[in-house]
Amino acid sequence: MPVIQYREALNQAMSEEMERDDRVFLMGEEVAEYNGAYKVSQGMLDRFGPRRIIDTPISEEGFAGIGIGAAMVGLRPIIEFMTFSFSLVAFDQIVNNAANIRYMSGGQFSLPIVFRGNSGMAGSLAATHSHRPEAWYAHVPGLTVVMPATPADAKGLLKSSIRSDDPIVFIEHENLLGERGEVPDDPEFLIPIGQAEIKRPGSDVTIITYSRSLLTSLKAAEKLADEGIDCEVVDLRTIRPLDMETLVASVTKTHRAVIVEENWPYCGIGAGIADRLYRSIFDELDAPIGRVFTKDAPVPYNRTMELAMLPSVEGVVAEVKSLLNR
Amino acid sequence: MAHAETDAKPITTRHQALGWLRQMLLIRRFEERSAMLYQQGKIGGFCHLYSGQEAVAVGSIGVLREDDYVITAYRDHGHALARGMDPEAGMAEMLGKAAGCSKGKGGSMHFFDAEKGFLGGHAIVGSHIPLAAGVAFAIKYRGGDQVCLCFFGDGAMDQGSLHETFNMASLWKLPVIYIVENNYMSMGTQLHRHSCLLDLTIRGGTAYGIPGVAVDGNDVEAVAATTREAIARARSGDGPTFIEARTYRFRGHSMSDPMKYRTREEAEKARERDPIILYESQLKERGWIDEPGIEQMHEAVKAEIDEAIEFAIQAPEPPVEDLYEDITVAPHIPQE
Ligand SMILES: Cc1ncc(C[n+]2csc(CCOP(=O)(O)OP(=O)(O)O)c2C)c(N)n1
Repeated sequence: MPVIQYREALNQAMSEEMERDDRVFLMGEEVAEYNGAYKVSQGMLDRFGPRRIIDTPISEEGFAGIGIGAAMVGLRPIIEFMTFSFSLVAFDQIVNNAANIRYMSGGQFSLPIVFRGNSGMAGSLAATHSHRPEAWYAHVPGLTVVMPATPADAKGLLKSSIRSDDPIVFIEHENLLGERGEVPDDPEFLIPIGQAEIKRPGSDVTIITYSRSLLTSLKAAEKLADEGIDCEVVDLRTIRPLDMETLVASVTKTHRAVIVEENWPYCGIGAGIADRLYRSIFDELDAPIGRVFTKDAPVPYNRTMELAMLPSVEGVVAEVKSLLNR
Repeated sequence: MAHAETDAKPITTRHQALGWLRQMLLIRRFEERSAMLYQQGKIGGFCHLYSGQEAVAVGSIGVLREDDYVITAYRDHGHALARGMDPEAGMAEMLGKAAGCSKGKGGSMHFFDAEKGFLGGHAIVGSHIPLAAGVAFAIKYRGGDQVCLCFFGDGAMDQGSLHETFNMASLWKLPVIYIVENNYMSMGTQLHRHSCLLDLTIRGGTAYGIPGVAVDGNDVEAVAATTREAIARARSGDGPTFIEARTYRFRGHSMSDPMKYRTREEAEKARERDPIILYESQLKERGWIDEPGIEQMHEAVKAEIDEAIEFAIQAPEPPVEDLYEDITVAPHIPQE
């Protein structure tokens, strides 16, 4: 199987879907002539031309809304945010329009649109440029939130997202773009939305995670294995809707769960997952659900401080051990 | 729409002119050394340099009063230095140190200096444009006669925040001066590919009933003269002015820009109109400085930036616990 980068996997997903369906187009800042600020759309202008690969001014609210309007009448836009930090300028369009128009029209309109771009605390980008927006979007009924961690998941999930008839918030991670992995080149390689995946089977503790934190969690699991602790690592892949079935099965087996995320802890993804697990399988738990998250402060420029805020391998190891009283 | 041109006669004193030249040199040196420090990994994140545009910040901020205000986007080092920020505080910020102008928390894109009326460094394109009007609103509310000078790039002309704000600033005759630094590039997208009109004075001025003036942004005195008129208008209660300062950025958009969207010739040709060289020859012609004097000034500026770098390198890192400091005025209660 070919080994490619996460960014190339995204490129393949978009390109294959554009070959397949003329209604699909890509619009955003620097996506065409610059070949993408993060080189995700490299070569796509040459391949598909300016009718379908469209550079925009810095007008996020405007072009997010243009995408939504085009989707209402049958096109299938991919709207790229240079990073999801800039999607805040388009928040009204995504939350009020993309999420609600189907409902408010009694189902007359569907919105087959993908909003995608990278996110995360990528290194000294400071408070405005380091957002992890998944909790904001996952809060909203009507939106589907997808966050792949591996190149293969990036491709398979983006293809499914483009084929979905609903608005998808597809959040990549800046620090994952260069990660390499095996990715199928079958044009029908699709990963269903809403399915978590066990990235490492284990029996003692379930680590629930997604996006870049998967890498941190897998490293922690390796370390813990050296000490005889067998972790199961579940990669959510889709944040909304949550794959409760996989989570319940895993935690019912291990009886312990730790949630690892690059998000602030309060009212966030981990809080939401813990709530659902407590309410559904409280009796299965041998210990309170553990959490590892980004410290509750804006993201500083200073690199040492930023690293101190982020979930670390040591932090995950310590949290797992504390659940096992070790 | 009037095109301002430098008068044959100087618009300022020798003393002030030499000060402006020195500031431009200081900014250039700060930027060029920052590029080196970035390459050495001492500066991180996104770093946008101001080289080539110095005359805009120096000429306009140079005619402000001490009690006026300045606010800008993420390409902010030049404006901060022109406003009198100590280069040591700026350099320490670049290195993320506690002695930095934002205590190492803001970095290159988020310089602040309250004492100098410098209200930031803002990294979301267009998001500070309403803030400038808010500052002007407060000035008017209190019955003061200060002004607020707000800088942004041509790319910011495309943000909704600008258009909402311009309407209100004009409607309420707020004492704000908007200066678009038109370097003809919004990252990798050239002006004709991102703006429906090439004359920005129409989009930012005419459309909102705001006087729109274009000026050669590489001519520090032309910028100063134009800004002075705008300031007079604002102070006398006649509201905002929109200035389009036409200039060019010598370097990439940020430190990670391969610059494939422009030719080497275009970039080299722009250097022929280097605002610093233009001003040096103008001042020499006037007999206000000679070659040895210029050299001396270069040396002094070099030494000042060297000292700032040395200071920044020696300065201590902020303690990690400071992560929770300065979030709110009341003690921050981490929701963990
Ligand atoms: C809302 C938002 N969208 C996108 C970006 C990414 N970005 C940063 S600067 C920039 C180009 C801005 O160009 P311009 O306004 O002309 O200013 P210049 O860089 O030339 O000073 C872009 C697209 C951002 N910071 N904020």
